Amino acid sequence: MSLSSLVIPVLLAGVASFGLGKRVDVYGALTHGAEAGLTVLLRVIPALVGLLTAVSMFRASGAMEWLSGLFAPLLERIGIPPETAPLMLVRPVSGNGALAVASDLMYTYGPDSYVGRVAAVMLGSTETTFYTIAVYFGSAGIHKTRHTIPAALAADLTGFIASALAVRIFFGT
Amino acid sequence: MAMAWVWTGMVVLSLVFGLLTGSLDAVANAALEGARSAIDLSISMAGVLCLWSGVMEVMSACGLSASLSRTFRPLLRRLLPNACRDEETLAAISANVSANLLGLGNAATPLGIRAAQRMSRGCGGTASDELCLLVVLNTASIQLIPATIASVRAAAGCRTPFDILPAVWLASVLSVAAGLTAARLLSRAGRSRP
Repeated sequence: MSLSSLVIPVLLAGVASFGLGKRVDVYGALTHGAEAGLTVLLRVIPALVGLLTAVSMFRASGAMEWLSGLFAPLLERIGIPPETAPLMLVRPVSGNGALAVASDLMYTYGPDSYVGRVAAVMLGSTETTFYTIAVYFGSAGIHKTRHTIPAALAADLTGFIASALAVRIFFGT
Repeated sequence: MAMAWVWTGMVVLSLVFGLLTGSLDAVANAALEGARSAIDLSISMAGVLCLWSGVMEVMSACGLSASLSRTFRPLLRRLLPNACRDEETLAAISANVSANLLGLGNAATPLGIRAAQRMSRGCGGTASDELCLLVVLNTASIQLIPATIASVRAAAGCRTPFDILPAVWLASVLSVAAGLTAARLLSRAGRSRP
């Protein structure tokens, strides 16, 4: 038994007991949340069908490797596996696109491979930057965004480098 | 519209590469295989995703997001001193941060927008330093439990899908720190220029 197999049962039991102690309808909240999760998924499926079709054509044609190879010299210098180049390109633009590319990487290289783990951590530690900026500034009526975009992209780039670094620290290559 | 270009570009490039490398059979197969795998992936990640959405809902019903947002108030007061003078803006921002942490993206965005609207009053369409900072904070993901990613990993056959959590936390903290530092430095650099 490893420590990480303790986390999920303890978290489930802990949250449920804590909630019941506070007189919360734990089961009702659980199923209500699961329903919300299903709604989110339903909205994602059409995008995934479109994107995974394009992504797997892109990989089968050899274009994916070509794209990764294009950035390989630069990426290897900063310690990022070049296979993740397509993920980094699509991440700031489309959340579903990033999900499709990352899942393609996890299926192709294995979820427990170095590339698969880096792809997962990149997906978890960054956001759909341009979409977020458009939504916030659009609804607040801002036209001059000043230094927001460069600062947000600096955060993304740092997140990508840090993802590769963190996977090397916790799992090795 | 951006995605229309990306999608068309990918499909056209695949056709061109397929013709050039003679892998057109594989490309044709991959198109059908890709569409099928999208449904496979969705079905196999659905269980874990729904379970975690449920757990998050229980946590927020227990008042966990409310107490999280209280914890962040002192920090946010130092980070965004002008905006936080307005009690309602502070409430919206701290709820936005805690919803982001719990991975409740659908709840986080309207809260963040409410804060951004209050902060942009009377600024004539130019973002203030603090508004830039709030948006940068939202573009740098800070998530305690990235449930979607864990469910994709589980769908791909990983037996310990949550073992990447420490790596995600480390990368997120570094990325947020870099975003905040860059925003500070760039706002100073922008001001010293005429």
